[in-house]
Amino acid sequence: MRRVSLLASVAAAGLLLSACGGGSSVEEANPTEATGSVGVFTWWADGSEKVGLDALVDIFDEQYPDLTFDNLAVAGGAGSQAKSVLAANLKSGNPPDSFQAHAGAELQDYINADQLEDLSSFYEEAQLNEAFPQDLLDRLTVDGKIYSVPSNIHRANVVWANVEVLEEAGLDPNNPPADLDAWFADMDKIKESGTTPLAVAGTWTQVQLFENILLATLGPEGYSGLWDGTTDWKSPEVTEAIENYKKALSYTNSDRDTLSDWGPATQLVEDGAAAYNVMGDWAEAKFAQDGLKPGTDYVYFPTPGTDGVFDFLADSFTLPKGAPNPAGSKAWLTTISSVEGQQAFNAAKGSIPARTDVPSDEFGEYQKSAIEDFSSDTIVSSLAHGAAVPVAWLNELSTAVSKFGGPQDVAALQESAASIAEKFAQ
Amino acid sequence: MFTKIRTWGPALALISPTILLLGIFVYGLIAQNVQISMTNQHTSLPRADFVGLDNYFRLFGDADFQHSLRNLLLLTVVFLAGTLIFGFLWAWILERPDFGEGFFRSVYLFPMAVSFIASGVVWRWLLSSLQTDQPGGERTTGLNRLLESIGLGFLQNSWWSDPNWGVAAIAVPAIWQLSGYVMALFLAGFRGIPDELREAARIDGCSEWKLYRHVIFPQLNPVMLSAVIIIGHMSLKLFDLIRAIVPDANTYDIQVPATMMWVKYIGSDYADSAAIGTIMLILVALVVVPYLVYTSRQEKR
Repeated sequence: MRRVSLLASVAAAGLLLSACGGGSSVEEANPTEATGSVGVFTWWADGSEKVGLDALVDIFDEQYPDLTFDNLAVAGGAGSQAKSVLAANLKSGNPPDSFQAHAGAELQDYINADQLEDLSSFYEEAQLNEAFPQDLLDRLTVDGKIYSVPSNIHRANVVWANVEVLEEAGLDPNNPPADLDAWFADMDKIKESGTTPLAVAGTWTQVQLFENILLATLGPEGYSGLWDGTTDWKSPEVTEAIENYKKALSYTNSDRDTLSDWGPATQLVEDGAAAYNVMGDWAEAKFAQDGLKPGTDYVYFPTPGTDGVFDFLADSFTLPKGAPNPAGSKAWLTTISSVEGQQAFNAAKGSIPARTDVPSDEFGEYQKSAIEDFSSDTIVSSLAHGAAVPVAWLNELSTAVSKFGGPQDVAALQESAASIAEKFAQ
Repeated sequence: MFTKIRTWGPALALISPTILLLGIFVYGLIAQNVQISMTNQHTSLPRADFVGLDNYFRLFGDADFQHSLRNLLLLTVVFLAGTLIFGFLWAWILERPDFGEGFFRSVYLFPMAVSFIASGVVWRWLLSSLQTDQPGGERTTGLNRLLESIGLGFLQNSWWSDPNWGVAAIAVPAIWQLSGYVMALFLAGFRGIPDELREAARIDGCSEWKLYRHVIFPQLNPVMLSAVIIIGHMSLKLFDLIRAIVPDANTYDIQVPATMMWVKYIGSDYADSAAIGTIMLILVALVVVPYLVYTSRQEKR
């Protein structure tokens, strides 16, 4: 008995010592001297995401032969499963060396709970302030500090269209409508030709459509103002935006709620059962996988009214407080933010690099155009993917948007969106 | 004194691990859940000021939560009525001898062996809301297509995609899955009635209908009560079937307290989530506790 307690106290003392050691040296932790293993928590467990992660790990092993990569991926539920496992690990003081999170407001919860290290000094050391566009840095900065390193960028304001359906309705697929009204007029023609104009699926894709319409109606500044309080949710412009959303919904497939995810909605466009689908650019990977050719089978363009705006979401990696191997964490962050790392990962996953200095030769046609837009467009944060608002806000707004699908009561949606914004505004 | 310990000592030693584990992992955690529900921990911020019953008052005043309670009531009523009617009818039919009982009993019981998650995936497709007379109707699948092809097209509807009555459609697969179980309960009830009673009634000149109406059915009341309790508490806690059928957790139409608790939890609103959990516990207790009291009184008699 005595021996056991002695052992226990020695172990506890050891833990304390190592904890102290880790805490004080995070600033100075030097990635080039790192050894041991690095536990990285993601929800990239299968598909193109797993391929991308593997490509990234290959680069990591090359750059840091003394470190071993410990894959802590948790599959399921587009990350919701992983997030609850992560929350439990963080709460019990058992953080991984680095974990994946959507860049932007989704990190707010972790920051508020004091679970993340400030990475501003890492950004300076790795010279990331010059590599990432200023707009993106602005979206990542919270109270003058940066808490995460983006690995890849996606765009949420893209319309994917079926060429054949457009031509049948007498529309020119290479000449997309300039604004929402022109788009609605086009959709009237498609409706007359007997095809569903706009495909959409369950709640989160409806929220993404809502976000696109808000962005098109209010413009980038007005849209971003919705999340920081400078745009009034009760203003007549927002009423107009919700009216536009109501109009857009009238063009959609009636079984939208029962489609299981974004895939079936995009499939409708592939099959010619619908003309348009507003979806993030991960749809490009699906079109490519199914063997369709851009230009001849499908076309893509920024959602009408949002040309010149890049509605972004990004995966990013963090350095949690109390990470067992902070030097190893920094090594991982260095790899994912390096030119080689961003190139290898994004070429495999179908997204685009956050750095603007990655050569675009190895990327597909869509990616090349997105890389170009990303470096020149105004960047705003996506609502549906946790970049614009914290998860709780997004959840309540999603329920309100889902509720709108039935009675389509514009005033009620505006009212509840305003009161939700008021509740979460700080 | 010593002899007393000898009598209840071993018994206590035997059940004490159970008491300890239950105490910590069931009652201890319930207590902690109630405690969290009375704090203002609405974000992941480590903050826990005592706010009393505020969360409960706010929830009961919240239109979305009222909608979820109404949904729960509707779901439970339809689920209970459906399983009781079908379960009873099947048991009554199978109760007559020479009706291929072994075969049909298995057929009706098998759905229960499938997990809600697995059957939910199939029912998601069967309950597709697209109707043949809507735009894009040629893509119609599932029950709506089936109804159309047997000439009952007018029965097509949007199933669970309806904010008022949608949740009743969730009861359809639940009824399909659990009617067999209720049938088994009733069948056991029928079997528990001694043949002498039937014979006595027949000798007294009782017609077959009157035999059932006045002799057999009244004796099935305890079975009926068990079925109501078992199905009722399952319905109050129903979560996995809904999550399997409805792809998006935030879908308003079918929100019940169990799914709402999950949404709040994922949004780090731990206090509201715990409060909904406590409300569900009380709802289930309202159903189960009177039943336990009733049965223990019966046993004492």
